[in-house]
Amino acid sequence: MPDVFVAKAAQFADGERRIVRAGATEIGVFHWQGQYYAYENLCVHQGGPACEGLIMHKVEDVIAPDRTWNGQKFSKDEIHFVCPWHGYEYDLKTGECAADRKLRLKSFEVVKRGEDVYVVAG
Amino acid sequence: MDLPLSNFRRMEVEEFDTSKLLAHASQQAEERGYKNFPIVDVDSHHYETEAIDEILEYMDDPVLQQLARSARQASAKGNGVVSPGGVGYQDMGGRVMRYSTRGMEKTPAGTHRDISLARRWMDAIGINIAVMFPTPMLQLGLHPQVEVEVALARAYNRWLCERVLAHEPRIRSMLYLPFNDAEASYKTVQEFGGKPGVVGFMVTSARYRPVHHNSYMKTYALMEEMNLPLAFHAGYNWNDHTVGMMNRFIAVHALGFVFYNMVHMANWITNGLPERFPKLKLLWIESGLAWIPFMMQRFDNEYMMRSSEAPALKKLPSDYMRDMFFSSQPMEMTDMGALETTFRMIKAETQLLYSSDYPHWDFDLPSTIYDLPFLSEQAKHNILGGNAIRMFNLTLPA
Repeated sequence: MPDVFVAKAAQFADGERRIVRAGATEIGVFHWQGQYYAYENLCVHQGGPACEGLIMHKVEDVIAPDRTWNGQKFSKDEIHFVCPWHGYEYDLKTGECAADRKLRLKSFEVVKRGEDVYVVAG
Repeated sequence: MDLPLSNFRRMEVEEFDTSKLLAHASQQAEERGYKNFPIVDVDSHHYETEAIDEILEYMDDPVLQQLARSARQASAKGNGVVSPGGVGYQDMGGRVMRYSTRGMEKTPAGTHRDISLARRWMDAIGINIAVMFPTPMLQLGLHPQVEVEVALARAYNRWLCERVLAHEPRIRSMLYLPFNDAEASYKTVQEFGGKPGVVGFMVTSARYRPVHHNSYMKTYALMEEMNLPLAFHAGYNWNDHTVGMMNRFIAVHALGFVFYNMVHMANWITNGLPERFPKLKLLWIESGLAWIPFMMQRFDNEYMMRSSEAPALKKLPSDYMRDMFFSSQPMEMTDMGALETTFRMIKAETQLLYSSDYPHWDFDLPSTIYDLPFLSEQAKHNILGGNAIRMFNLTLPA
């Protein structure tokens, strides 16, 4: 299958995503902190559009050295996207399901040719 | 609409369209051939408070009506008078986006919005008939003013019959029973039992009334005589002192949506109500399935030692539970072996009824049943529609 055009790099801002189609397969492409990531837009749970929901940092408990709980915060580094159907969260940088990393979305390579961003669809 | 995200970021959303959100569900329906057999969803929802101004037109008590209308003007939500509300965040901090964006969806003029929206998601998922229930009113059994539950229940039931059920035969309902007032519950069955689209009556489970109280017997008898099923629809109540010990909503929901149904089931069986009303069909809604094998084993084991405390029973508690009906959602699907055992224990092929709970956060598609590896094709068809058609005695609309 030929590579699929995603966007002009200049029009695909950091923090944004695009959904493209390669034959019958929908692919979500993310631009995050200078890198591109692409996964099949199909949730491992009930088949929802996994790549189309909110992009949220991982929530973390703040546990003090004495092991008491001191509230919660958002991670500075770990970023997830959330399936809008039921809330399944995926690690944006690996495609792994955050709740069970044995599960993961099919990933695709993203390449930049000149000013154009493409997904290598296989 | 501007949605708040983590670390002070925001996301702009310009539209919401049910058909687009459920495009993958439509694909599943096509691939699995759902059009070749009937699918009945025995538990779906609308947001009745979005039509509260219409519903209040049907409220008889002029003082209460004025109170509710005034509250509507005083605040954006303004449902404090008629709905006890409560703390909770089923939308997971906005992650399930349809909660915050559903108001943006456009529907055509001339058709009630609730009907238009229902048709959209039913068509997308592949559902022929949906039994529809309210959403905020699931907490109404906790209202401290019994008269408010009675007044709102009657207004809602009248509104639903006239504005929704009468205009769309694909939508049915088990109407709201104002269960904190036994006499009003009896009158509700009398008044609405024969209305088009009414397929039974529903008790919201989150409340503090024991189902075995003598005052309810004539209502059960009437429903049995009219061949109308009685449903208990689960709900959570974070204000309950026991539930209040849990500080995470995941725990409140996981246990809370089962707790009250377990209490009502325990009372129903140990007081011998299945023997007193052998033809009354009982449906337990939205507690999932894992609680049923637990209760079957727990009560069978204790009954063998303490049968003197449940003297009306003529068979094991689990045998009575196998005569009852259960809705499927939210079906626990993380251990397929346990699920298969559960299906065997509850006689799923005849007693289990598919439910979506759409549009709520933990909805299940028909594929959760259709794709199970241990079911025959006939069993899948029964659970997805046939069992409900038989239990409710449904006629499919043309």
